Amino acid sequence: MNLVQQILDGLSSGSVYATLALALVLVHQSTGIVNFAQGQMAVISTYVAWTLYDAGVPVWAAIVAAIAGSLVAGALAERLLIRRFEKGEPLAAIVVTVGLLISINGVVSLIWGTVLKQFPSAFPRGGVGSGNGGTIGFGTLGTIAVLLVVVLALGWLFRHTRLGLAFRAVAANPESSALLGLPVGRLLMLGWGLAAAVGALAGCLVAPKLYLAPEMMDSVLTYALAAAVLGGLNSAIGTVLAAWFIGVVENLAGTYISFVGGDMKIAVPLVLMILILLFKPEGVFGHKEVRRV
Amino acid sequence: MSTLELHGVHAGYGKAQVLHDVSLRVGDGSITTLLGANGAGKTTTLRAVSGLVRFTGQILLDGRQVPAAPDAVARLGVAHVPQGRGTIGRLSVDDNLHAGALLRRDRAQVRADLRRLRELFPVLAERARSQAAGLSGGEQQMLAIARALMGRPSLLLLDEPSLGLAPLVTKEVFVLLPRLRDEWALTVLVVEQNADLALRVADHAVVLESGRVALAGTAAEIAGHDEIRRAYLGN
Repeated sequence: MNLVQQILDGLSSGSVYATLALALVLVHQSTGIVNFAQGQMAVISTYVAWTLYDAGVPVWAAIVAAIAGSLVAGALAERLLIRRFEKGEPLAAIVVTVGLLISINGVVSLIWGTVLKQFPSAFPRGGVGSGNGGTIGFGTLGTIAVLLVVVLALGWLFRHTRLGLAFRAVAANPESSALLGLPVGRLLMLGWGLAAAVGALAGCLVAPKLYLAPEMMDSVLTYALAAAVLGGLNSAIGTVLAAWFIGVVENLAGTYISFVGGDMKIAVPLVLMILILLFKPEGVFGHKEVRRV
Repeated sequence: MSTLELHGVHAGYGKAQVLHDVSLRVGDGSITTLLGANGAGKTTTLRAVSGLVRFTGQILLDGRQVPAAPDAVARLGVAHVPQGRGTIGRLSVDDNLHAGALLRRDRAQVRADLRRLRELFPVLAERARSQAAGLSGGEQQMLAIARALMGRPSLLLLDEPSLGLAPLVTKEVFVLLPRLRDEWALTVLVVEQNADLALRVADHAVVLESGRVALAGTAAEIAGHDEIRRAYLGN
């Protein structure tokens, strides 16, 4: 493996972390909650995609169907469960998401068992040469490309559409938004639905690399949380850059720093997260709230 | 323009009953001011109208019962500028204004309204890209009113526009009300502590005392009323 390959592989893992981190940011932006179940929700979506694929549906179609199903399921999760806790203590809502994580994990194990399953890559095999005889897989490049499309699409949605402005208004001040006639409840549902759809995409991107298992997203969630915190929980670009940074540092540290190795590399984002929370709690890219008193 | 009527309205928060049998009428195209001491139920009255507080009794807009959800009330043409103004600090001045017009489909007219409001409040054009939270209190009040107008309401509910403003700025806001009413075809219900100023621009006034209507009449009548002078004007 050469350095270019290492960096691109890091960017590719980073892109998966970024995709899940964007889902976390979407939920945090719209409801002010960190959804610890985001990864686990993505796992069940990925199992649904696998089941469809296993039944003979082409892999691309299976992934698209799982993403669409997740949009609906995420919206229902907000409406039926999270809605009851949105107005109370944020901590209560966060504990509910932890409960959701554990419940979904149980449901997944119950339905699909705990035996690892092979999930097909949606990208063709093979790759392009990177010099020194190495190759960069289409999977690596494809993952990065998909993330870029997702970021640009979300950025366009939030910055340049009426729906995006409605999202931002509701996230910042639900009561005020309701007084402007915005359907706050339906927008929050849609926010959770979008997050679940983006999460499902992250699950389907990472599954071919890791094997499909009920705990597949646990480490991804850790990295995604670190990226979201580094990015300030409110900046899409910041989150992506942070996730790429984490992916590359993790990969390089795991390969070139002998005491880090494969086992210790998960500590890298955690140490970064602690340092950020200590010295720059609004995140590297987050913007401080302007307040006038 | 719209007519607002309350008939026997009771409202409160949990077990704390705030409004007791409040009945009042805000006529088409008038400016009515709702006066009263702290805790008299002025804000609760506005919140009941716009669906932020549950009530019993009848609240009618142009003769029809208002819906229970705030967004549905807003869609009927009721704009509520709450106490503390309710501008969205994290969004830019421009985004706040556009958020006020999100439900409208007549885009050309929205652009025309935006131009008119920027002429009326030049600071909103100068600071279009600044975060709303960075504006001064008076500028935020202007933004809040302009944002409400972007929705082309027929009824404007204003909750203590003078709160936290310098006396001169407060006066500026109040002097503007008759002009806004005429140019934007509004009916206005304005809650105010500063009775003196409110009575100068209002056509009608309603005085609340401990959640009940104590007095109602034309602004001139109420201004000449001894009890009001004693209670609110300090003589």
